Amino acid sequence: MTVSTMPFLLELVVSLFLIAGALFALIGSIGLARLRDFFMRLHGPTKASTLGLGCLLVGSLLYFSFQRGTVSVHEAIVTVFLFATAPVSAHMMAKAALFRGVGKGGPSRNYPDR
Amino acid sequence: MTWLQRWLPHPLFTGFLVLLWLLMNQFSFAHLLLGSVLAVVISLVTQPFWPERSRVKYPGKLLVYLGRLLLDILKSNLVVARRILFQSDDLKPGFFTYPLSLTDDFAVTMLASTISLTPGTVSAHYDREGRTLLIHCLHLDDEEALIQDIHRRYELPLQEIFDD
Amino acid sequence: MIEWAVNLAITLFAVSILLNLYRLAIGPDIVDRILALDTLMINSIALIVLFDIRLSLGILFEAAMLIALMGFVGTVAMTKYLLRGDVIE
Repeated sequence: MTVSTMPFLLELVVSLFLIAGALFALIGSIGLARLRDFFMRLHGPTKASTLGLGCLLVGSLLYFSFQRGTVSVHEAIVTVFLFATAPVSAHMMAKAALFRGVGKGGPSRNYPDR
Repeated sequence: MTWLQRWLPHPLFTGFLVLLWLLMNQFSFAHLLLGSVLAVVISLVTQPFWPERSRVKYPGKLLVYLGRLLLDILKSNLVVARRILFQSDDLKPGFFTYPLSLTDDFAVTMLASTISLTPGTVSAHYDREGRTLLIHCLHLDDEEALIQDIHRRYELPLQEIFDD
Repeated sequence: MIEWAVNLAITLFAVSILLNLYRLAIGPDIVDRILALDTLMINSIALIVLFDIRLSLGILFEAAMLIALMGFVGTVAMTKYLLRGDVIE
């Protein structure tokens, strides 16, 4: 790692982004592992994991922008793509679960009958 | 005008593709040329697949909306994190139906995505005939307040942006 | 300090991946498994990005983007199959 030339403040900011991202993703995965019902489990990954990866990519963007001396935009593209697709896949999974009747009679109230 | 419309059916989409190509590669004249040719060809080839287009009336307001959405995403993540870590045993999850007043397809998609990314709610089903959105909430205690909140915070700005 | 932060983040993501694998193994329904796979995909993108920083390469973003694309298309195809019994109508 060639980070000796990096100013301390930037190093701190990048480190904070990386660790915050990792913590958010971990919380999402904990939610996925321990919540009781499929529809509750859906909340963890769609929000926390997406934001976690977003934070991580911002940290990586700052790091590589400094290292190269030019703005590195690849991370930004990946981030935008993830934020646009995460709700769509969550919606599709919820639809499939409703169709299969997953979680009927579970903790979720007002389960729609169709 | 008709000539231009025939070759550039989706000017915004074409511009976006050129920009994306330049961002993915180093900027040079050759890449600009290749990117432009690819963008024009791709938007011509995919033209039959597009549904009727939506009109963004106020792009500036859209940017404001996206900025506020980013803040809300941050806030909602803190809320969801607290619920997952400390209150996971006394959560009361539940479904509710949200009556839509938007009609534009793209605007409805934006609203559903917004709902999925913000505090404790995931959109689960879109009923096209009944014009409602089925939403699952991680902790549902006041249904009416939540519906009012979504309407005020997200649906009204979207209605303004798309002039729907 | 960045090295330390990257190592910590890699550890946390590895734990997340173990939790996802646990959910993938116990199910109980196939939709839970699809959700676990989707989350696994997000976490593996994160691991790739972290290794990129760790090794100071700066060339693995294409890989990250490809996994993001394939993961999204895969999730949608699987749910579509469950909904209609067919991927392309």
